[in-house]
Amino acid sequence: MVGIVGYGAMIPRHRIKVEEIAKVWGADAPSYKRGLMLEQKSVPTPDIDTITLSVEAAKNAIRRAEIDPKDIGAVYVGSESHPYAVKPSGTTVAEAIGCVPDCHCADFEFACKAGSEAMFVTLALVKSGYMKYALAVGADTSQGAPGDALEYSASAGAAAFIMGTKNVIAEAVHTFSFMTDTPDFWRREHEFYPQHGGRFTGEPAYFRTISGAAVGILKKANMKPGDFKYVVFHQPNGKFPLRVGKMLGFKKEQITPGWLTPRLGNTYSGSSPLGLTSTLDVSKPGDMILMISYGSGAGSDAFVWRVTDRINDVRDKAVHTVKLLDENQFYVDYGTYAKYRHKILKNK
Amino acid sequence: MREVAVIGIGIMKWGELWEKSFRNIFSEAALNAIDDAGVDHIDSLYVGCMSGGLFVGQEHVGAIMADYIGQKHIPAAHVESACASGGLSFRQAYMEVASGMSDIVMAGGVEKMTDVSGDGATYALATAADQDYEVFHGVTFPGLYAMMARAYMKKYKTTRAQLSAVPYKAHLNGSKNPYAQYPFPIKLKDVENGVMVADPLHILDCSPITDGAAAVILTTVDIAKKLKKPIIKIIGSGMATDTIALHQRETLTSLKSTELAGERALKMAGKKIDNVDLIEVHDCFSIAEIIVTESLGLFKPGQGAKAAADGLTALDGKIPVNTSGGLKAKGHPVGATGIGQVVEIVKQLRGEAENGRQIKGNPKVGMAQNMGGSGASAVVHILEVA
Repeated sequence: MVGIVGYGAMIPRHRIKVEEIAKVWGADAPSYKRGLMLEQKSVPTPDIDTITLSVEAAKNAIRRAEIDPKDIGAVYVGSESHPYAVKPSGTTVAEAIGCVPDCHCADFEFACKAGSEAMFVTLALVKSGYMKYALAVGADTSQGAPGDALEYSASAGAAAFIMGTKNVIAEAVHTFSFMTDTPDFWRREHEFYPQHGGRFTGEPAYFRTISGAAVGILKKANMKPGDFKYVVFHQPNGKFPLRVGKMLGFKKEQITPGWLTPRLGNTYSGSSPLGLTSTLDVSKPGDMILMISYGSGAGSDAFVWRVTDRINDVRDKAVHTVKLLDENQFYVDYGTYAKYRHKILKNK
Repeated sequence: MREVAVIGIGIMKWGELWEKSFRNIFSEAALNAIDDAGVDHIDSLYVGCMSGGLFVGQEHVGAIMADYIGQKHIPAAHVESACASGGLSFRQAYMEVASGMSDIVMAGGVEKMTDVSGDGATYALATAADQDYEVFHGVTFPGLYAMMARAYMKKYKTTRAQLSAVPYKAHLNGSKNPYAQYPFPIKLKDVENGVMVADPLHILDCSPITDGAAAVILTTVDIAKKLKKPIIKIIGSGMATDTIALHQRETLTSLKSTELAGERALKMAGKKIDNVDLIEVHDCFSIAEIIVTESLGLFKPGQGAKAAADGLTALDGKIPVNTSGGLKAKGHPVGATGIGQVVEIVKQLRGEAENGRQIKGNPKVGMAQNMGGSGASAVVHILEVA
């Protein structure tokens, strides 16, 4: 059996509300809240970046996996906000969790899909017997240009998964990827903020790609929406995952446990991986979970997970995702947020 | 002048056509028109297009479209009059056939608007306003029409519900049009509950950004008879202009160019507005339809909003307006809009309007009113069953 042997999440405690952002830009907060189904988003403070979030999430995954970190043979961090353009995030994470030097390390990038990409590769490495355990992290402190629609959603968070073949919590029963050259969202080198194709990011990009991955994996697994207890989609806003779920024939209650964006924002590479952590937190042995990520550019990785008996033993060995999400919040105003996110430029 | 008829119409599904190119969509509509007319060639082509340059980086539209519809070497011209480019294309084709210069002429229109961002589209559209006195100061078309709406509503004590009646009716009609961008009905309350664009205009008061094309084939009535096609004659063509800047007009609550273009078309046709059985008007914003129906003389000043709310312009109303769904529901690919209106009028006069959209009583006379900018150009055509 191959699958997840440990999972963990990390979300910064600071939040900013949609109203606070809308106030600054003279935008209509109720229509943004209604249109995007967003209430607030997480904000990383100056001491938080993709690496620190990855370390905390990885530590929580190790707590649940109950393994010696030295047995982790690979550390892959997927993000579009790696702190360095040149120098890996993964080495710092590997050093911090204590699995160096006998370890393979790489940073992944595929817009919001980088986390699931790392999950896909680590699964293959442990399935092939290449190594005992492999760590995949999806983490971001994502960027949204001031005043852009993305500024209301671009948030921060991380989810980590340790893949292995013993003491599996969720077996990876099937995987399927769907990929085309669809330029809906991008950031070029030396640019501060990504650009996007507006409405083009919807129908021909997100919906087409997720639907393509869903149809493909359901066919491969010979399953239908009703066979799953839960489903987790990439969630760039609150609305899209509900809509694509409805299009594919899933019910809202299948989506709800992993539907974090309205209170969290879009954690980009952490988005569907974080949704999976909160779904695992409430799963029971035997539950089937469908997870489909989405990364602009564009592609989706789909996974069919079967939850094992071991979930009951490890669920409470690390903090639950909704606790990170809903407790101990600290709200900031736009000025503080702008400072934290380095949106205020000063002379050197 | 020779008598001229429309013998072929071609349209395609309008919308956000990300899988199709500028030349693709025009070709699709144009070939449909050629098929419908049953002709094996055209002598000349006019293509209405507001801004191929800004929307897709392509000008020289006449030549490229002639080539891509398999008619290279014919005379072909791109005509532009902002959102009235389609109407102008039709008028040019009409004049060419009427004058005896050519026998079979295609009037087409096309716009591919979704290859640029929303800001890019707004910028391109704003080039139809006065750059020095309007656009420079940040005004865009929703803002200009919002000012007209405010002035009108204040002057005539128009209610929100009356304004909402226009998009409500557009979507009801558009829901029966298989080629419409938004073929679904809306509730009256949806309009005021929608996102505010420019007070008092909400999102559903505004026509959308659309990719689309339409084409019609014109020939002489004599040739049309030989082809044994349904003959819809063009009996009136009127065009007029006004100041391009809104603030230079005497009033914001009527449209002089539409009034004059309508009068000229009616005079040429030897008709009165009461003789017209249905009208397609340029409802780029809900307020535009209200003011246009008054400027054409359908309703007295200040009565247009009430007339819409009372259902006088509905499919089964006294004078059906925008049976196609109008710019609001059918879509507004600016260069194609004027031709799309003619396509609808011809369908109605032939009795071929789809899905229960056909108006009752065998309509004989239809009018199409196409407008550029905030009304600096207006083109009106009157068609009649031969």
